Amino acid sequence: MGPAVWTAAAVFLAWNAVSLEVNPERIARGLSRFGTVAARAFPPDFHRAGLLASGVLESVEIATLSTLFGVLLGIPVAVLAARNVVPLPLYATGRGVITLGRTFHELIVAIIFVKAVGFGPLAGVLTLTVNSVGFFSKLLAERIETIDRGQIEAIRATGASRGAVLVYGVLPQILPRIIGLTLYQWDIHLRQSTIIGIVGAGGIGATLYNAFSRYDYDFALAILLVIVAIVLLGEAVSALARRSAQ
Amino acid sequence: VTAPAAWRRYSPAQTLARTGAQLGLALLAAWMLARLGIRWDYVADSPAQIGDLLGRMFPPEWSFASALLGPLAQTINIATLGTAAAVVLSLPVALFAALNTTPSRATYALARLVMVVSRSVDTLVWALIFIIVVGPGPLAGVLAVTVRSIGFVAKLLAEGIEEIDRRQVEAVTATGATPLQALLYAIVPQVKPIFAGVCIYRWDINIRESTVLGLVGAGGIGFALNDAILGLEWSRVGTILLVILAVVVVSEAASAYLRKRLT
Repeated sequence: MGPAVWTAAAVFLAWNAVSLEVNPERIARGLSRFGTVAARAFPPDFHRAGLLASGVLESVEIATLSTLFGVLLGIPVAVLAARNVVPLPLYATGRGVITLGRTFHELIVAIIFVKAVGFGPLAGVLTLTVNSVGFFSKLLAERIETIDRGQIEAIRATGASRGAVLVYGVLPQILPRIIGLTLYQWDIHLRQSTIIGIVGAGGIGATLYNAFSRYDYDFALAILLVIVAIVLLGEAVSALARRSAQ
Repeated sequence: VTAPAAWRRYSPAQTLARTGAQLGLALLAAWMLARLGIRWDYVADSPAQIGDLLGRMFPPEWSFASALLGPLAQTINIATLGTAAAVVLSLPVALFAALNTTPSRATYALARLVMVVSRSVDTLVWALIFIIVVGPGPLAGVLAVTVRSIGFVAKLLAEGIEEIDRRQVEAVTATGATPLQALLYAIVPQVKPIFAGVCIYRWDINIRESTVLGLVGAGGIGFALNDAILGLEWSRVGTILLVILAVVVVSEAASAYLRKRLT
């Protein structure tokens, strides 16, 4: 890329930065406000432990159930999106579903499901189930496309149907990947389940959002610390389980 | 004549353990499902609700699309500026977080801490925090995107630094180069392609994240989305969703193209 492109990019960035209207006075005001907020946030307030615990438990439930349903839904979609096992029209459908699933942020999907099934964790489970198809199916489809053809031919040579080829020729080859992706997906869902509450789809996010909007900063900090702990724990569990599964 | 023993993959004890684990998981899932408090009358009504929603959204209000150009540009600006700032800030963090370039145990621990804190809080939550500090608007969005992206970029870059070819560093050092010169002439050229790839990848993610920042007040097209939803103007919501779809698809294609060119 030539210097013209870089100059254009730099000018664009500079113009962007100017449009944010950052000035020393605003920075000073922000810093002093940050000081006030930080002073009010410490020490974190863990008094409403019951509320905190039920929110976290709901987040974990949403993450777990949506992973379970997401995998059940994601495996057939992945098969559809693998060029080497399905005919072209089905492949196009599978790819389309994956693209659509990857496009919208989980919060936008959550808004739709809250409208459909009402406020609460069910909307969250449906949101993350739909949302996982994009990620899970895409990576699984890539794995299916790189499987060993020899095993499929061997099964086909016995006169097996298309379904039997999938079950006995393809599935054993991709099972380790399915397990790894499932655990990784659970880790991702755990993170997402902490924010979808902002639009009413259940989990700890609603509690956090309310604490922020009520200027309840010490409780908000307590929730944040618990979220960080849960996310780190989930990441560790997921990594450990993936290592022992493979 | 006794029939040959049937071959079994698992011993009876293994079968029992596997069945037990599967049953346990199924029970756990059932318990969680029961706790969700599903209102089945709402669920039964949901196809009608979604149909109603789609009916209101389509056809989208195309005349509204021109009013979205400003918020859309703002969304792209938030993602681009946030990524640019994160790229600059993640450089020292990555150098400290890579075992072969970190000066001491203390800097290594510090860099790891920065990465963990940055990565375990979602962009939207960072936005809520920065809104308190700088007020609602795109600046809060840029700061949120920046802080969330530092951990991501630094983690992947640090992994890239740890995998470099040591011999090039030794060769440059053998000429009498200072550590800084070794960094510039032996390490930077090796990690440049990885770095460029990671930055573009994160920019792509940030475009997607920036589309919803407005829902909590941090600027961009999410702000218009929130307005339209609160005002129950579903044909506008439909327009906004289509615009978001277009932007995300275009940015993903651009990111894939750039990564292929650069790496």
